Amino acid sequence: MSKLIDIQDLTVAFDSKVVLSKANLSISENDFIGVIGPNGGGKTTLLKAILGLVQPVSGQIIFSDEMQNRGSDIGYLPQVNKFDSRFPISVFDVILSGSAGQKNWFKGYIQKDKAKVEKIIHELGIEKIARKPIGELSGGQMQRAFLGRALISDPKLLILDEPDTYVDNQFEGELYKKLRELNTRMAILLVSHDMGTISTYVKGIACVNRELHYHPSNIISREELASYNCPIQIITHGSVPHTVLETHSHKH
Amino acid sequence: MLELFQYDFFTNALLAALLSAISCGIIGTYIVARRMVFIGGGITHASFGGIGIAYFLGMNPILGAAVFAVLSAFGINYFTQRGNIRQDSSIAIWWSLGMAIGIVFIAITPGYSPNLMSFLFGSILTVTTADLIYMASLSVLVSLLFILFFRVIVMISFDEEFARARNLPVNLFNYILMALSALVIVASIRISGVILVLSLLTLPQATANLFTKKFSAIMVSSIFIGFFGMVTGLVISYYTDLPSGATIILVLTGLFGVGKAIIVGKQIITNQN
Repeated sequence: MSKLIDIQDLTVAFDSKVVLSKANLSISENDFIGVIGPNGGGKTTLLKAILGLVQPVSGQIIFSDEMQNRGSDIGYLPQVNKFDSRFPISVFDVILSGSAGQKNWFKGYIQKDKAKVEKIIHELGIEKIARKPIGELSGGQMQRAFLGRALISDPKLLILDEPDTYVDNQFEGELYKKLRELNTRMAILLVSHDMGTISTYVKGIACVNRELHYHPSNIISREELASYNCPIQIITHGSVPHTVLETHSHKH
Repeated sequence: MLELFQYDFFTNALLAALLSAISCGIIGTYIVARRMVFIGGGITHASFGGIGIAYFLGMNPILGAAVFAVLSAFGINYFTQRGNIRQDSSIAIWWSLGMAIGIVFIAITPGYSPNLMSFLFGSILTVTTADLIYMASLSVLVSLLFILFFRVIVMISFDEEFARARNLPVNLFNYILMALSALVIVASIRISGVILVLSLLTLPQATANLFTKKFSAIMVSSIFIGFFGMVTGLVISYYTDLPSGATIILVLTGLFGVGKAIIVGKQIITNQN
């Protein structure tokens, strides 16, 4: 497996407050990494640094030769709650907008891009909502639309920021099934607060709480989590799923 | 009514209405979609400072207004991004600062300022050829920009962060569109004045938005609604001797009311069936 991205000693700070400190992580082809950690622990910051949306204070992110077109080689599904749902745009146009960028951004779209949108719409099974304005969508439909936008550029790495919020259980199941299928052709970096569910799908876990600890397996014990300084909510799977809240071992 | 067309001032006013409808229809849709209406309010009122200074110096007031509008547009952005001031506070600062400067300079200008009211409330019938040339070039510029870069502009407006991740020149577009918005607002001050101009950029859009949720469709229908409203208001004000700017705004508000009534009526009928 060849490396796509190598993050080395990455430190990010906002107004001298360090949110990510000396983080190391490498992402290879076909990786499926779950990113977990407490709110405000730096998960989204890590994603934004990879996307080039925030500049690191020190350290570097090295992209492999096949990732030189960062814009289109990374598909990005942001947290959907940040969108203005009354913005006048249809699902079709949201997905189409994912094909803009690179050298031809000023040329507008060509017929080929529109055909691609139809293909993606079919693949995600969202034909019925394709012409709807985004304001009329449910949480799950919204996630599908934005997943479509992330996928249209045929990315080599798919980054998802909490795609399991604002969706029902049925959609969640479908989403993870879809991600497993996509994982055969692209690496996936998935931020989630639902450790229990993602652990069945991911191949590695990155615990982010100012520091980053990578755990190269999908099984992680409570003791390991504690040693990573990563207090999160765990859902233990059994006949009846239940939630266990980890206690903090440190003072805030 | 045909006799109206014999007067130069009336044909000028019609031309001004058309040009203003085009630029306001396009830029207004952008401003409304990005929820920047209040920034528009700040720019509009700040431009009054430029009008006052231009009066004092004996220059063209629209030129002064244009300089002040663009400066305040960038000033609001600068205060918000660098000065660590919340955006609404930053808008309020520029809003009242511009008005204060305008009032002071008009007070120290010797003699009476007969046209002052026309800048506050608009007077489409006093549009000059110079104004028309300014409005025409602006309409062409705005139309060209949106025709050539429509997709990119919508993409940046909808999700700036995604556009940045795609390496699109987001800042460049933001500044160009901010400056153009300021210039369009100034161009339309002639029609409805500093105090009323904001509705030319929002009312047609609100009416269009009742019937369509498509960015391009809102843009195009706003142009027609705006033009229709301005011409109707102009004719009514001519025959009733009411102030033209205010009449235009009332007609545009009336159109929105009619649109809303149609939507509500439709819903009642569908619910009954």
